[in-house]
Amino acid sequence: MANLLQEYANVAGEDVVDHLRQLAAPLEGMKVVHVNSTRVGGGVAEILAKLVPLKQELGIDVTWEVIAGEADFYATTKAFHNGLQGNRVDIAKDRLRDFESTNERNAEELRSTLEAADMVFVHDPQPAPLLGLVPERRGKWIWRCHIDVSRPHRPVWRYLRNFVAGYDASIFSLAAFAQNLPHVQYLIPPSIDPLSDKNAPLPDAALRAIYEEFGIDPDRELMLQVSRFDRFKDPVGVIEAYRLAKKFSPGLQLVLAGGAATDDPEGAAVLEETKSAAGDDPDVHILLLPPDAHRTINALQRVADIVLQKSTREGFGLTVAEAMWKGKPVIGGDTGGIRLQIVNDHTGFLVSTPEGAALRIRYLLHHRDRLAEMGEEARSYVRENFLLTRHLREYLTVMVALANRAEDRIEL
Amino acid sequence: MAKTIDSTAVRQPITKDGGFAIKDCALAAIATGRRAQNLKELRDELEWTDAACIYYHFWANLLRPTFDDPRFNNGFANWVFQALHNQALAERLSVIDPMEFDDPDDLRRELVEVIEEELDRSELLPWTSREQQFHFIRSQIVVFDTRKVIHDPRELRNAVTAMTASSVFYHFVDARRRTPNSVDDFSTWLTDLHDEKYRPLCTRLAGIDPFFTTLVELRQELTEVFDEYVGG
Repeated sequence: MANLLQEYANVAGEDVVDHLRQLAAPLEGMKVVHVNSTRVGGGVAEILAKLVPLKQELGIDVTWEVIAGEADFYATTKAFHNGLQGNRVDIAKDRLRDFESTNERNAEELRSTLEAADMVFVHDPQPAPLLGLVPERRGKWIWRCHIDVSRPHRPVWRYLRNFVAGYDASIFSLAAFAQNLPHVQYLIPPSIDPLSDKNAPLPDAALRAIYEEFGIDPDRELMLQVSRFDRFKDPVGVIEAYRLAKKFSPGLQLVLAGGAATDDPEGAAVLEETKSAAGDDPDVHILLLPPDAHRTINALQRVADIVLQKSTREGFGLTVAEAMWKGKPVIGGDTGGIRLQIVNDHTGFLVSTPEGAALRIRYLLHHRDRLAEMGEEARSYVRENFLLTRHLREYLTVMVALANRAEDRIEL
Repeated sequence: MAKTIDSTAVRQPITKDGGFAIKDCALAAIATGRRAQNLKELRDELEWTDAACIYYHFWANLLRPTFDDPRFNNGFANWVFQALHNQALAERLSVIDPMEFDDPDDLRRELVEVIEEELDRSELLPWTSREQQFHFIRSQIVVFDTRKVIHDPRELRNAVTAMTASSVFYHFVDARRRTPNSVDDFSTWLTDLHDEKYRPLCTRLAGIDPFFTTLVELRQELTEVFDEYVGG
């Protein structure tokens, strides 16, 4: 893609991109490798698909390698994922052996690339053992954890820690996720891509079409929550909040939009609970959308008056930043990364109960001027803190820091 | 092959020929893994925590996304208010001015003392939930040269207008911990010019409180001040 940086400069500002160029200057020519387990699908691949070409455009010699495995390997790494997020999982020894031998095969494939690299970023647990399998490495190795590991199932973490402890550094999204590790642990929150289908500006026709497609009345207020049908996202609590607020705004409509829960055994049950809670209310729209419905989600966030993310537990919850980028104040659960995105009373409200959410919905619907002001603040807060350009800047900062001695102050 | 990066001691932005070199910076946040869930734990951790950690919680929130309450101007005060619901202590911690302390250990002692006074006064030790723990974070700052140099104070207005927010942070906020009198870089440069006419401008700059503002607002305020005193 030609002049990708310029496209980001148009959105984030010329000074932001100029800053990236200066920060990247001492890294010019550095050989950097990112390794993960999938080229498409999932947040990590989405981020790498943009970060890698941007780093290349900044003069860094970056490649992106993907490890390969059989179905059993991915079943095991999925179990790791669940275990790291706190679920109790038991993983048989032969599964662990298969996990390790898959990494051994991948190490053989990637050996020359990994040995020659000045810096290697290994994403998430799947390729974590590669470090120990490349003894002739010469660069710095960084483990990038995208998962909420604040309360891991201890046996899973103990097993994975053996592979991770030897890295030169690790990167977590939040301080609450940091672990007891014998190396420096950087903090880099995730970001949204303002140019992606999920966040790019849409023509008015696309917004009008969304009303028609889902039978939403454009003349009445609309509240929206975008999330999987998961109890931690509290969709039933959102319906309760909607009901409490509707007493005061009878025209209020609610959209609960989420993806099909193929890998979540509880998903179908939660969807049923949600439908049951909605009853036959024609103003509650429960939408089960395909995983690539990015433009639909984008349009829904743009036509909504208020966006909710009433999670009771949340790793980061980037749907909050996505909605804020579209100028919507967000009413979010007072938990996890949502707290980092919602500045209470400025970019939205943090709530702990359906009643609290209802109160804030009523407040915003009755103070339209305040709703618009908070929406502006929200967009500007995302521009400064949660765009991909900030994410890239922090990666570059970590790279510069690692290329130096571990001092508190590095003067180039 | 990558260029070798020369990491050296702190350099001031004044060039050999008396110009003002505009620098920029980026901050890396590092989890220390240390946490506090009550006031006693906060006090115990503060006793020995890294100076870079105290710096982070006092200053770096200007450069990082935070959920801090703008009424309280440092991370410790914020947490005491948000998580422990102790407004009186939050207020006492908020009035601690880090610029008054040349030695980070003196600042640390001041923090510990204020918290100890509160502990002495309290009958109960309030706790917060695990989700609301205080996480001690330290920072690493990377400073780089923008290769822009100005030689005349009349250029300040336009130079500041064109600065990134992090450049404003470096010259107006970070400067206070690396200059002998804990002042901003602009004042240091103007004072070095030994021209009496800049004295009122330095006084005016000293009156700008960087704590209760965003860096973008700070840039605007500086632009207006330079416009008023030295034109553009």
